[in-house]
Amino acid sequence: MRARVLIRPKAGILDPQGQAVERALPALGFSGVANVHVGRLVELDVDDASQLPGMCERLLANPLIEDYEIIEGVAAHS
Amino acid sequence: MKFGVIRFPGTCDDVDAQLAAGRVGDAELLWHRDRDLRGVDAVIVPGGFSYGDYLRAGAIARFAPVMSQVIEFAHAGGLVFGICNGFQILCEAGLLPGALLVNDHLKFVFRQVNLDVVDADTAFTRSCPPRLSIPVKHTTGRYYSPTPVQVVLRYSAGENPNGSQDDIAGVINAEGNVFGMMPHPEHAVDPLTGSSDGLRMFESIRASVEARVGAGA
Amino acid sequence: MSAAAQPRHRELGLTDREYELILAGLGREPSDVELAMLSLMWSEHCAYKHSKKLLRRLPTEGPHVLVGPGENAGAVDVGDGLAIAFKVESHNHPSAVEPFQGAATGVGGILRDIFAIGARPIAVLDSLRFGEVADSQRSRYLLEHAVAGIGHYGNSIGVPTVGGEIYFEPSYEQNCLINAMAVGMARHERLTSAAAAGIGNRLILFGALTGRDGIGGASVLASAELGEGDAAKRPTVQIGDPFAEKKLMECSLELLERELLASLQDLGAAGLTSAASEMASKGAVGLDLDISRVPLREADMEPFEIMVSESQERMLCVVEPDRVEAVLAVCEHWDILATVIGEVTAQPVFRILRGEQLLGELPVALLVDDCPLYDLEPQAPSAPLYRGGDQRIATDATPAQALLGLLASANISSRRAVFEQYDPVVQSRTVRRPEQADAAVLALPVLDARSAAGSQPIPAIAISIDGNGRRVAVDPRAGAAEAVYECAANLACTGAQPLGLTNCLNFGNPEKPHVAWQLSEAIDGLAAACRELDVPVVGGNVSLYNESPDGPILPTPVVGMVGRLPDARHAGRLGFAAAGDRIALVGHFNPRRDGSELAKLQGSAPAGALPAKDVAALRETHRLVREGVRSGVLHSAHDIAEGGIAVALAECAIAGGIGARVRLPDGLDLFGEDLGTAFIVTGSEQALAGMTLIGEVGGEALELEGVLNVPLSELAAAHDSGLPALLR
Repeated sequence: MRARVLIRPKAGILDPQGQAVERALPALGFSGVANVHVGRLVELDVDDASQLPGMCERLLANPLIEDYEIIEGVAAHS
Repeated sequence: MKFGVIRFPGTCDDVDAQLAAGRVGDAELLWHRDRDLRGVDAVIVPGGFSYGDYLRAGAIARFAPVMSQVIEFAHAGGLVFGICNGFQILCEAGLLPGALLVNDHLKFVFRQVNLDVVDADTAFTRSCPPRLSIPVKHTTGRYYSPTPVQVVLRYSAGENPNGSQDDIAGVINAEGNVFGMMPHPEHAVDPLTGSSDGLRMFESIRASVEARVGAGA
Repeated sequence: MSAAAQPRHRELGLTDREYELILAGLGREPSDVELAMLSLMWSEHCAYKHSKKLLRRLPTEGPHVLVGPGENAGAVDVGDGLAIAFKVESHNHPSAVEPFQGAATGVGGILRDIFAIGARPIAVLDSLRFGEVADSQRSRYLLEHAVAGIGHYGNSIGVPTVGGEIYFEPSYEQNCLINAMAVGMARHERLTSAAAAGIGNRLILFGALTGRDGIGGASVLASAELGEGDAAKRPTVQIGDPFAEKKLMECSLELLERELLASLQDLGAAGLTSAASEMASKGAVGLDLDISRVPLREADMEPFEIMVSESQERMLCVVEPDRVEAVLAVCEHWDILATVIGEVTAQPVFRILRGEQLLGELPVALLVDDCPLYDLEPQAPSAPLYRGGDQRIATDATPAQALLGLLASANISSRRAVFEQYDPVVQSRTVRRPEQADAAVLALPVLDARSAAGSQPIPAIAISIDGNGRRVAVDPRAGAAEAVYECAANLACTGAQPLGLTNCLNFGNPEKPHVAWQLSEAIDGLAAACRELDVPVVGGNVSLYNESPDGPILPTPVVGMVGRLPDARHAGRLGFAAAGDRIALVGHFNPRRDGSELAKLQGSAPAGALPAKDVAALRETHRLVREGVRSGVLHSAHDIAEGGIAVALAECAIAGGIGARVRLPDGLDLFGEDLGTAFIVTGSEQALAGMTLIGEVGGEALELEGVLNVPLSELAAAHDSGLPALLR
């Protein structure tokens, strides 16, 4: 099964990448942008989806500073 | 005494750390696949970009075979010293509290900075004067911990190069035998290359190991 | 596609006459894969067809030369059985498309050249050119991303970036220049040739997988059935992976250290085609290469794609059959994929096979040697090629205003915002890092407790890179010569004697007579200056066709020079050292405003004439400074470059954190330039005997008696804030 893991900075932790994007967008003429956060996307094929939380806790994310979200059953990457 | 310097694929400052430690004792390189620390008295986890720093700095290195030996060594009270990428790895491995985040300005920074030794009563700083001039060089050096930690080094006032919480440059574990810092003391061991302040840390480790041997033997 | 009506050879960049030569040489029509290979090997990039004849004018021999032009990098002897290998190379066009990856892979490529000849890379320098950064969002973007890319690669692979230079001029707006220089060290006996040798020896490809990177122009050969949608599968931008190259470098050096290789070559432009045919040509042998064995990133690659792929971080080596196992084991240790893909044959023919099927069979000489070399038709331009820019310093500015304006200007202000993004200290050799001296200084032996405690000299090398296109535009011959003098002057300030140089010639379209004239004159200027200073050229690179609809770039020969100093402990510094030191002006200094930084900032075009040089005096001045620094009697030394003597004095004061009081010789132009000829040095009055004493170090300001008096803090603020303010 194809799964997707979204990893983003934990709420409340300074996210300079998000801030940089948030500052850059108005400079390009896009208004009304707020709360930008930049994270990582991991896509993987797994036989046993129940292992995904463990993978996230141990390697894919650092739970101290990052939240993760698992999306199961996404379309395969071409 | 003998230092062991861990070398992962992508480690860059391994030979530098070996040369620096070699000024005060013997020092040998340990390969990431090694399952034996070859009787070293202290372990250095050096700087660089282990496994390319892909995924997250230090995240992959902490699962290397040699790291289970390092963790065992630390739990047995052995001295473990993480520098830059090594600090990141020790945090990822749970040997030190907290985590390192990307610099607040998002860029790599090289700079000679001043450090205040706020705890000179550790195995790693006992020979240090109150202030050290040592270079930093990193992209992911902003220290963060949600819980209180034992701080050993802080960037001197106005010199925080990365937005680190409370100007923290180096922390030690509660047991006092695992220490990590972002600045590079191995690049401050000779006046010819800029400063010799970092040598005091290697001397501290040597003195600590010898004191233990003296007391324990 | 509209171009479909054209013959394919023209779409691939070959002229009709070149194609006829190919038909004659082959006696038949080339197959697809052969045509792809020939079109690349006969390109300007690989064949140097518009510059090779001119390059023969450069002196390439000298007592210290171990490896001259023709190998992956040149090398000079630095004593104690050690060799220093170095080369500068351009990555201009890829960087204009994608500056981060373009600059990163530029560094990766030049580093491979260095370890391919058996040397461990110990330093990187870079020479960058962008449009006028104050006016151009695009130039700011290119600068920021190119610098990040250089840092990303060099920092991650653990090779220090120890120096470089950046200029901003309008003519680079559409054609930024990214030149990277790498320097490596090896014991003499470890220097390795790329020449394939030993009939029956195996050809091993190791490193990254081969993908569709950089297929570029050759993609017109794609089979029709692939369809247009597949164009997206052929990225033109190569992605660099410094982690892969770090492993590749350590693996290659270990293979050489264990003496397992007969020869070694890196894969760069034109990928396997160029690497393999160069190896065969140098060894006067042939090769059989089976593309079905090449490990691919995507399974459905066509033969021509495999042969011309520019995927990064790959090497090719020739190995005796009974050492293949050992080679594969070393690669395994470093997690490097290695595959036997062919073998050396006696007939000087390069055969491309897919299993048993023969896809191509080309004489090696046809690929490597038979591309026609063209004579240029140089003609001096009758009208100026370049216009003046905006006026940024008023023509009636006071000397103090002009000095502060120069210090804050794009071309003179502190480069700290850039070089703080590079690691200059990894490998523990760096004795002088940026802003400490006019050249980088690296110790040759390992620094340890013994070297620190002992009284033995610590031999070192100094490295500098320089090239001011504005002055070459004023006078290509004199301007190019000045780049050589300027590099040698930088080395003298650290106490180093030049041993050899590498150059990168960045010019416009050589088929235009005035660009041909710039190129020809500049090469003559370089050749003359090299002979005058006894510095041979050991290698280099040419980047042509740097043009936009607005015209060619400024003619930009970039010179990288390596020298030796006997003891790193006496390496010179540029900053004033101590209050009370006397200041002297040394050299036959004949400054003019034409082509100067102040002239530019006051809106003048690069025109007029450069100062004539007294070469004998220049050599003697360099010797005097070099000897004074080596013996320690000079406490600081700095050459007078862009911005003239006023800027040079300010730079000495800023770097030393201490002011000076100076009385300049009557009539001396404060801001005129005469690069490479003169120096500001300090020391005791006795040490400076025979030199023109002009003042004394001390105080909190720079005072030029009767001319200006500016607090040091104000000078430093202008100098420090210049680049960050322009980048904001």
